[in-house]
Amino acid sequence: MIDTFVIPLLKIVIVLNATLVAVTYMVLLERKVIAWAQSRLGPMRVGPYGVLQPIADAVKLMIKEDITPVRADKWVFTAAPIISMVPALIVYAVIPFGPEVNLFGRQVSLYVTDVNVGLLYIVSVASVGVYGIILAGYASNSKYPLLASLRASAQLISYEVAVTLTLVSVILMAGTLSMVGIVRAQESGHVWFAFVQPVAFVIFFIGGLAETNRAPFDLPEAEQELTGGFHTEYSGMRFALFFLAEYANMIVVSSVATTLFLGGWLRPFPNVAALAFLDFVPAWMWFLVKSFVFLYIFIWVRATLPRYRYDQLMRLGWKFLIPLAIANLVVTGIVKVLLL
Amino acid sequence: MGEAIAFYVIAAFILGFAVLVVSTKDTVHSVLFLVLDFLFVAALYVLLQAPFLAAIQILVYAGGIVVLYLFVVMLVNLKRPPEAHQDPHRRTKLGLGLAAAVLLELGAILVYTSTRPATAAAATAALPPVTGNTEQVGWLLYTNYLIPFEIASMLLLVAMIGAIILAKREL
Amino acid sequence: MITPTHYMLLSAALFIIGVIGVMARRNIIIIFMSIELILNAVNINLIAFSAQLQNAVGQVFAIFVIAVAAAEAAVGLGIILAFYRNKETVNIDEMNLMRW
Repeated sequence: MIDTFVIPLLKIVIVLNATLVAVTYMVLLERKVIAWAQSRLGPMRVGPYGVLQPIADAVKLMIKEDITPVRADKWVFTAAPIISMVPALIVYAVIPFGPEVNLFGRQVSLYVTDVNVGLLYIVSVASVGVYGIILAGYASNSKYPLLASLRASAQLISYEVAVTLTLVSVILMAGTLSMVGIVRAQESGHVWFAFVQPVAFVIFFIGGLAETNRAPFDLPEAEQELTGGFHTEYSGMRFALFFLAEYANMIVVSSVATTLFLGGWLRPFPNVAALAFLDFVPAWMWFLVKSFVFLYIFIWVRATLPRYRYDQLMRLGWKFLIPLAIANLVVTGIVKVLLL
Repeated sequence: MGEAIAFYVIAAFILGFAVLVVSTKDTVHSVLFLVLDFLFVAALYVLLQAPFLAAIQILVYAGGIVVLYLFVVMLVNLKRPPEAHQDPHRRTKLGLGLAAAVLLELGAILVYTSTRPATAAAATAALPPVTGNTEQVGWLLYTNYLIPFEIASMLLLVAMIGAIILAKREL
Repeated sequence: MITPTHYMLLSAALFIIGVIGVMARRNIIIIFMSIELILNAVNINLIAFSAQLQNAVGQVFAIFVIAVAAAEAAVGLGIILAFYRNKETVNIDEMNLMRW
C-alpha cells in the first residue's frame, strides 16, 4: 500500500514542487548571469542581492489584469498556456535523479518511475508541447501572434527531427529505451556517452536550444521582430505560464542531456577506483551539478550570440543538422556492428 | 476489475471525442478533439500492453499528423463557413437506409460469432528470442518483415517529395 | 473481464463514426480527419488481437498502418493546399472542376 501509492505520490509532489521553484529561480539566474556578462549587477534591490526578485515577479504577474482579446477563441486561448506547461512538467516522471538509496529503512529509488519506453515517452511528450505555441498564436485572433506562432512551430518541428535522430544514436549505444537503463549502460561501459557520441551531443544541444526557443534561435519571440511573438496578447498569469513553460523546457532539456550524455547520476570516471573519495558527494548532487552546468551554458549562449534570421535558422536545421545526425547514426550503426 | 473501469472510461472518451470531431462546426476545435481522441487511443494501447505503440501513436499521430492538419486549417481559414449551402443532389433517405442495412449486418455477425464455438487460435509465428515489447516489435520488423519496412520507408520518401511539390508556390 | 469482443465493438463504433464523418460533412479537412478515425479503429482492432494472441505481428502491422496514414495525410493535405490556391474553397461540393 505504501509502496504503490504513498511513495510515488510523495515523489511526484517533491519533483513538481522542486521543478516549479527551480523554474522561478531560473528567471533570477538568467537575469543575473546576463547582467554579469554585460558588466553590470542585475536585480539587487528586492531582498539581499536580489534573491527575492522572483517572488516579486510572481506577485506582479498574478495581480495583473487578465485580458482576453475581442473575438478570440476563449477556450483555446485559455488552454494554450496550459498545453504549453503540462508537457514540460510531466517529463519529470521518467528522469532519474539518482539510484536506489536507503531512506528511513526502505529502498527508495530516486526517480518517479522507470518506463520501458522512457526516452520515447519524452520525445512524444515534447512533440505534443508544440500545440501550445500553435494554438496561442491562432487563438489570439491577431496577425503578429499568428505569424510568430507559425514560425515558432515550424522551427520546433524541424529541430525535433534532428534531436530525435541523435537520440536514436544514443539508444543504439545503450541498447535500451529506459532512462535508468541508459545511465546503467554508461556505468557499465565506463564512459559517458558525450565522449563516445560527441557529434550527437553537439546536435542535441543545438537542437535543444532551438526546441526551447532560446537564443540564438529565439526569433519567434523577439520583441524587435514580431512585437513579442506568439504570446503578445497574453497578460498576467497566462503570460507567466508561457514564460515558466519556456524555463521548464530548458530544465527538461538540461536534465535529459545530463542523463543521456553526461552519465546522469554517475560521478566522473566511475570505474577509476583512485577517485573513489569523490563518492561522498551523493549521486543526486552530481545530477544537479551537471544539469546546472547545462543551464549555465544555455544562459551564457543567450548572452553571447546574436540572433539567427529565420531562413538561416531553417537552413541550419534542415540542410545541416539533419544530414549530420543521419550520418552520425549510420556511422554509429556500422561501428556497433563491426567492432562490438 | 481495474482494467474494466479503465477500458470503459477510455472507450467513452474515445467515442465521445470522435463524435465531437465529426460534428463540430469550427474546424480548429474539430482538430483539437482529434488530438485528444488520439491521446486516449494511446492510453488504450498502454492498457493493451503495447507501450511502444502508444508512444509511437502520440509521436506520429498526435504530434505529427495532427500538427500538419492544424497548419493546413490555419492556412485555409475562411471567413465564410464551408457548409454554407446544402447539396441539392443529396439523398438522405437512401443513405440512412444503407446505414441501417450495414448496422443490421454487423449485428448479425456479432450474434453469429458469439454463438459459435471458439476456433483454435491462429498459428503464431516463431517467437522472437527477446523480451520486452519494443524489442519484440523491433525483432519482427527487422527479420520477418524487413521488406515491408523498406517499402514503407520508400513510401514515406515518395509522400514527402509529393507533398512538397504539391504545396510549393512555384516549382 | 474485457474480452477482445469489447475491443471489436469499440473499434466498430469508431469506424462507424468515421464513416459518418466522411459521408455527412462537406469540409474536406474534416473528411480527412474522419479517415484518420477509421484508420485508428483498424489499429485498435489489430492491437487488441495482438494482445490476446500474444503475438507481436499485430503491432508490426499497426506500425505500418500508422506509417501509411502519415504518408496519406501529407499528400492529401498537399493536394488540398494546391486546390485551395486555385479555387479558394474547401467545400467538396464545389470541388467539381472535372465534372461536367
